[in-house]
Amino acid sequence: MDATRSITVTVNDTRYERTVSVRTSLADFLRHDIGLTGTHVGCEHGVCGACTLLLDGEPVRSCLMLAVQADGHELTTVEGLAGSQDELHPIQQAFWENHGLQCGFCTPGILMTTYDFLRREHAPTACAIREALAGNICRCTGYENIVRAVQAADQGWER
Amino acid sequence: MKPAPFDYFDPTTVEETLGLLGEFGDEAKLLAGGQSLLPMLNLRLARPSKLVDINGVTALAHLGTDGDDLLIGALTRQRTLEDADLPDGAWSVLPRALHHVGHVHIRNRGTVGGSIAHADPAAELPAASCALGARMVIRGPSGEREVPAEAFFRGYFTTAVGPDELLTAIRVPPWPTRSGAAFVEVARRHGDFAQVGVAAAVAIGDEGEVRRAGIAVAGVATEPVIAVAVVDGLVGQQPAAALVEQLAAEFAAGLTPPADLHGTAEYRRQLVRHLLPRAVDQSVRAALT
Repeated sequence: MDATRSITVTVNDTRYERTVSVRTSLADFLRHDIGLTGTHVGCEHGVCGACTLLLDGEPVRSCLMLAVQADGHELTTVEGLAGSQDELHPIQQAFWENHGLQCGFCTPGILMTTYDFLRREHAPTACAIREALAGNICRCTGYENIVRAVQAADQGWER
Repeated sequence: MKPAPFDYFDPTTVEETLGLLGEFGDEAKLLAGGQSLLPMLNLRLARPSKLVDINGVTALAHLGTDGDDLLIGALTRQRTLEDADLPDGAWSVLPRALHHVGHVHIRNRGTVGGSIAHADPAAELPAASCALGARMVIRGPSGEREVPAEAFFRGYFTTAVGPDELLTAIRVPPWPTRSGAAFVEVARRHGDFAQVGVAAAVAIGDEGEVRRAGIAVAGVATEPVIAVAVVDGLVGQQPAAALVEQLAAEFAAGLTPPADLHGTAEYRRQLVRHLLPRAVDQSVRAALT
């Protein structure tokens, strides 16, 4: 029988109280316990970046945290980017318009990394965008349209 | 659910942590930033039966000067040190090295002490701490001791920290004002482990000569290698390119780096021959500006 803990986390401004196994990753907790499946689980050892979310406002790998470690913290996942389910965040809009995704598996992580990057940077060079996204692997696009999408998002997102 | 089962402890003080380590010994594994340990747990390369999460030991998350030293608490996040307002001199090898450590997501969680205690032979912070002549502050049941960086790293993932001990801080000595630093590396992709990384700090004297130097190389042995002969050959001399290149070539010839699918031993020696002079040159330029 696994050891468990009761935790309270705030995800996209909603508080959740759950009892979790101490060895559940934060990514699995979000997907299985809370039902927020926008955070994708790829490599599960911190290489692919698909599970990127914001922990207290800073991007982290949710596969490299235990759910118990998020107790008392605030998370923002890809579901929290847009204002409502019926609209897209300007970054999502830019990815849509510039074909910045194909299969879409890596996209949640790339959106969260881009969100953090563009919050800090204005008018970044293509080189800076590529470096910022170096921790997010996409196997479909070849990255060209992702870089274009980030450049468009930089123009389109008033921040 | 990826890791094998473990009992989870989250102490909030150093004393409590040492108590748990004393009780469980080798069965326990310390969890700091988790950017190396959690992959190992997820892949079940490590299966500790007790996990001691020290993220709540907030007394270890400090960064500041202690007298003339820079004192970095072991739980300081790598991103915090990277963004810290350090002077441009020798100490800047730390943020320069951190730029190569994983990605921003990794550095947001990864800790300075975690990387040093993990002692991956290709890691940047161990090499940078060796270049600076840092001292590792270790707490154990019998009190506190300090171990110089050159005696701290003892082979693959092995350090001077005992099973009942805890690395609590990294103490970096002062360097002369007119000093500079560089960290250069070659990796397959930005943020990957270094094939070879070179940390350098150089202080320049009134005549333009090398007054003091520290150079350490990651990725070429089971632990960071301090380039003692290069440093000895440079101190007191003008840092002319020909001299540095000759010293680097002699130093590289004596290395027996690992060979893997990313590169042969000779390729890594070749990288040392190129990267070490570049690191010294950048450090000297930084010292002079």
